[in-house]
Amino acid sequence: MEIITTIINGLSLGGIYAMIALGYTMVYGIAKMLNFAHGDIIMAGAYAIFVFFNMTGHPVIAIVCAIVICVIIGVSIEKLAYKPLRGASPLAVLITAIGMSYLLQSLAQIIFGSAPKMVIMGDLGVTTIGSLRIQNYTLITLVCAIIVMVALTLFVKFTNTGRAMTAVSEDKGAAQLMGINVNKIISITFAIGSSLAALAGLFYLLKAPSVIPTLGAMPGIKAFTAAVIGGIGSIPGAMVGGFLLGIIECIVNALPGISPYVDAIEFAILIIILLVRPTGILGKVRREKV
Amino acid sequence: MALLEVKDLQVFYGVIQALKGISFEVNEGEIVTLIGANGAGKTTTMQTIMGLLRGQGGTITYKGHDITRTPGHKIVKMGMTQVPEGRRIFQELSVYDNLVLGAFLQKDKKKIKDDIENVFDQFPILGERRNQIAGTLSGGEQQMLAMSRALMARPELLMLDEPSMGLSPLLVNQVFDIIKDMNSKGITILLVEQNAEKALKIADRAYVLANGEITHQGTGAELAGSEEIKKAYLGG
Repeated sequence: MEIITTIINGLSLGGIYAMIALGYTMVYGIAKMLNFAHGDIIMAGAYAIFVFFNMTGHPVIAIVCAIVICVIIGVSIEKLAYKPLRGASPLAVLITAIGMSYLLQSLAQIIFGSAPKMVIMGDLGVTTIGSLRIQNYTLITLVCAIIVMVALTLFVKFTNTGRAMTAVSEDKGAAQLMGINVNKIISITFAIGSSLAALAGLFYLLKAPSVIPTLGAMPGIKAFTAAVIGGIGSIPGAMVGGFLLGIIECIVNALPGISPYVDAIEFAILIIILLVRPTGILGKVRREKV
Repeated sequence: MALLEVKDLQVFYGVIQALKGISFEVNEGEIVTLIGANGAGKTTTMQTIMGLLRGQGGTITYKGHDITRTPGHKIVKMGMTQVPEGRRIFQELSVYDNLVLGAFLQKDKKKIKDDIENVFDQFPILGERRNQIAGTLSGGEQQMLAMSRALMARPELLMLDEPSMGLSPLLVNQVFDIIKDMNSKGITILLVEQNAEKALKIADRAYVLANGEITHQGTGAELAGSEEIKKAYLGG
């Protein structure tokens, strides 16, 4: 029974990682850059929930406001910091992204201070099936993550905007020849990634109800790891990588002897997977046909 | 007034000048071809017209509008598009999705459906493979798809960049037949080709590009008959 609880917890945590990883992977696929400020959007979302939940007392209003704020922050960062660097060396873009990450953390520290802010949205209770005890927030997180991922997959496959995103990620020039406004598609991608990060912020608060300026740092790195394990640029890859990492983390945490090494083990798995399959599990090597 | 008018176009790659002030025009209903050797600047010309590259001098006018600094996606909206060199179909998407993307700016769902059916009528092989990933098509099929995809935008002016490249002689003939057919349906054509002989045969007018400059111009027949052109581009 213990193992089932562990796996459900793992799937739930994996769902969060997958949602964040989707932001990394979609932006990488379309803008060909690693947005290291992405993790800090989670933190911004958590602070926005803190502010609006305390203001209105209503969790749904708080999360909607948080999504709007995260979208504004994410799209503004792209417009102000990354867009002027399009065509610049990848290193310059990378450094800028890391700079944006520190800027967001410092801004949060200036505005909210470095002491943790508590966001108590109430106890969601526990579900018991036989001898199986599962925290309800775990189930809610898992169900929401699955709904979001299914919706996103359908969006990318079956809508014009989704197809345009795939087209831009494959060949920007050819996409333009279809009449696709590449800048608009990049903005939409940042908007989607940022709203997923806001949701991830909510799920972190359900798990542990406090927020600090560096809240997004570790989840950001973990989700980035998940994206790379799955194959960066691949949407299903981010989902597979996210769930895989979540389950591994929960299983390792459940083993008393090795649980202190959980982070080391996860990153070691990343290294092994990259050695065996440099493109990640579902990453593809692009073939050119002439 | 010409449909497309290029005046004194200059394009640099760093310090290297790829186009040294070329001027030409395409009138409505014509097939105009731009021939020249590798590296003459043909693709550069095409990409600059489509807004994928920026020129450092000169003007490009389409239907009387200055489009020199217009981004590519807006040019498509104005009724001009391009089948790029190397086809550049979306390899990860299905044949059907490639065609739907070609109609990205079309709003009428019924028309898009009809256009796709027309493509499948004209190229049954694409119809058979509508759900297949485009990257798995053969070179010839990919060229048919690339041309069909461009037609989905219902362009008035279509530019084709080396459509016969890498195809077997039989397919090359088919490609040129398709181009003539598109033109007879009212689409103005600007064709860039290394296969000068075939291009000159179907062209109303032609320009010869060498080292970033236009060295000759005339009707297709005139250039095909010129001894100098024969020697340089038609293999004797």
